[in-house]
Amino acid sequence: MIRALLLSTLLASPALADEIWVTNEMDDTVSVIDVATLEVKATYPTGERPRGVTFNRDFTRLYICASDSDAVQVMDPATGEILHDLPSGEDPEQFVLSPDDRLLYIANEDDAITTVVDTQSRKVIAQIDVGVEPEGMGISPDGRIQVTTSETTNMAHWIDTETHEIVANTLVDSRPRHAEFSPDGTQLWVSAEIGGTVSVFDVATRAEIAKISFAIKGVQPEKLQPVGMRFSPDASKIFVALGPSNHMAVVDAKTFEVDRYILVGRRVWHMTLSPDESKLFTTNGVSGDVTVIDMATLEPIKTIKVGRFPWGAAARAMP
Amino acid sequence: MRRIIHAALIVLACACGAGAQPMRIDWLERQVTPPPVLSNMQSVPEQLGLDGARLSLGDIATTGKFTGQDYALRETVVPPAAPFLPAAQKLLAEGARVLVVKAPAQDLLALADLPEVRDALIFNTSAPETDLRGANCRANVLHSLPSYAMRADALAQFIQTKRWTRLALIQGAHPEDQAFAEAMRAALTKFGLTLAGEKTWLFDANMRRAAAAEVPLFTQDLPDHDLLLVADEPGDFARYIAYNTWTPRLLAGSEGAKPLGWAGVVEQNGAAQLQNRFREMTAREMQAADYAAWAAIAAIGDAVTRAQSTDPASMRAYLLSDKARIAGFLGRPLSFRDWDGQMRQPIPIVTERAVVALAPFEGFLHASNELDTLGPDRPETKCTAFGE
Repeated sequence: MIRALLLSTLLASPALADEIWVTNEMDDTVSVIDVATLEVKATYPTGERPRGVTFNRDFTRLYICASDSDAVQVMDPATGEILHDLPSGEDPEQFVLSPDDRLLYIANEDDAITTVVDTQSRKVIAQIDVGVEPEGMGISPDGRIQVTTSETTNMAHWIDTETHEIVANTLVDSRPRHAEFSPDGTQLWVSAEIGGTVSVFDVATRAEIAKISFAIKGVQPEKLQPVGMRFSPDASKIFVALGPSNHMAVVDAKTFEVDRYILVGRRVWHMTLSPDESKLFTTNGVSGDVTVIDMATLEPIKTIKVGRFPWGAAARAMP
Repeated sequence: MRRIIHAALIVLACACGAGAQPMRIDWLERQVTPPPVLSNMQSVPEQLGLDGARLSLGDIATTGKFTGQDYALRETVVPPAAPFLPAAQKLLAEGARVLVVKAPAQDLLALADLPEVRDALIFNTSAPETDLRGANCRANVLHSLPSYAMRADALAQFIQTKRWTRLALIQGAHPEDQAFAEAMRAALTKFGLTLAGEKTWLFDANMRRAAAAEVPLFTQDLPDHDLLLVADEPGDFARYIAYNTWTPRLLAGSEGAKPLGWAGVVEQNGAAQLQNRFREMTAREMQAADYAAWAAIAAIGDAVTRAQSTDPASMRAYLLSDKARIAGFLGRPLSFRDWDGQMRQPIPIVTERAVVALAPFEGFLHASNELDTLGPDRPETKCTAFGE
């Protein structure tokens, strides 16, 4: 018994570096990046067309939207084994986990529905009709409001998580891709890929308080297509992936001005921060790689080859 | 195989929700009997175009559910032998003001010139003639289908990026073949390329039996070339050219690498979602005419939502303004040129199995919008009807 414990401690200790898990949409795999070595240490098979990806709070479960398998898969990150599927509705693309770690709000892209699944009972507890091609999924830090954006209806749908009913619909620019609440819950940020803008809403009044546009010298304005977004740990900045312009924008969260642009891989979609908050990892769909950005200098420091069409990214903190 | 509906007039109304005043959109189609082609195995879908319109109406009606705007699609299909204008006039008398039209150029122009459509808005989803965006343009007609010139420019840019400089052309005898061949010649000139030689296909033999014997001889006296362009828009003979040429050469144009407004292989930029929805509804692949109809109604929906008006003049003004940025699954915002009413759109170059490339290409620069390197640009337009 003691020997076994010692052995497991010995085996576990070299593997304590944090990890970044990346879904590869066209390879049906997830790549596991070691944050210390910045190398891919494992690749695990998933269902078909994996896109959205997130960990539960204690990092013991990885949820994966396997879009073409019509399932949310639950993986044990310790082994890479798929434990079971959750009912997800058809074509789950992206989702968000409630702050209490229990409910997944899933965008069913082909069905114009937001599906709410209880991860413990493994049952669908609500389905909400939203606009065509729901994609962006945000949830307020207190868990009271879930926002689904619909790409073809061009709206943010504000859903009350008590009643699971839409309480408001806000028109945004063309093809909204991502919804992100500010960490204090007072603002909602929505990116519009074809509109080329990011809209900022006051959550209390749902009024638009700012609209951010982008401009990079030498890049056609049509290519500046905002997709994924992420706040910096101190909430002073927000990082915006600008798709086929192959750049990230760093936006000042107070002034709504773009501070700088960072060159990354081709068609940058989403991103995640390392658990120690020192590095940002972006998924670059077309170039099939991940760019690592140093958070202190805001410079790209490495490109890591992953699978084909990396889409989502989630960070796993190790104990 | 080609079935023609002989019903006098098919009128279907879509009961879409229960709003106060549904906005009326008219689908007006003039059926034409397609010319005979050498293979009967791939027929033209009966609801080509209309299926795209129906899908798009569902999309904008979903948006309307949240904005309180209802839409109704009135479908009118005029058979080949029936008179077209009286059918159109009946709709206009009933109050039709926004018309999505699938009709040959002469019918489209006759419709656009009716006095009662002066304040209406017409979307051309099927007539590719460049002239309809040029000397024969009409201020009340917007075009969601790319013109021959746009498709030919897309192909010429592609050829230029490939540095294929030795080119030959075979064209068929149909007027559409001549129009597309003419557009390709003009596009080659525009992008600094030249044609080494060309021939016209006049054979009327059954090529399923004789292609292997006919095509090598037919292509033997063409000057040496890297790429053989083919203009065969009805899809008649060109399918028998590949692998039967005197020298082994790639094909492009109406066969081989085809510049099309849309095709079932378009996948990137979220297109997979649109394709899935279309296939689920129709059990077939979405074609360029379906996409043009889809895009016309998507543009209508966007104009109503953004301009907050169902008035044709306000919608037209919005669509022609630089505010219009319509999402069309081709990676760049769609909008309409304010000098000829043509929808700006990327053009996929496709084979049967994949998108080879998407025009416009890097290096073909434009002062305001790279999409305007495809088709007649503002300085060279022959259209004067939009100079308001």
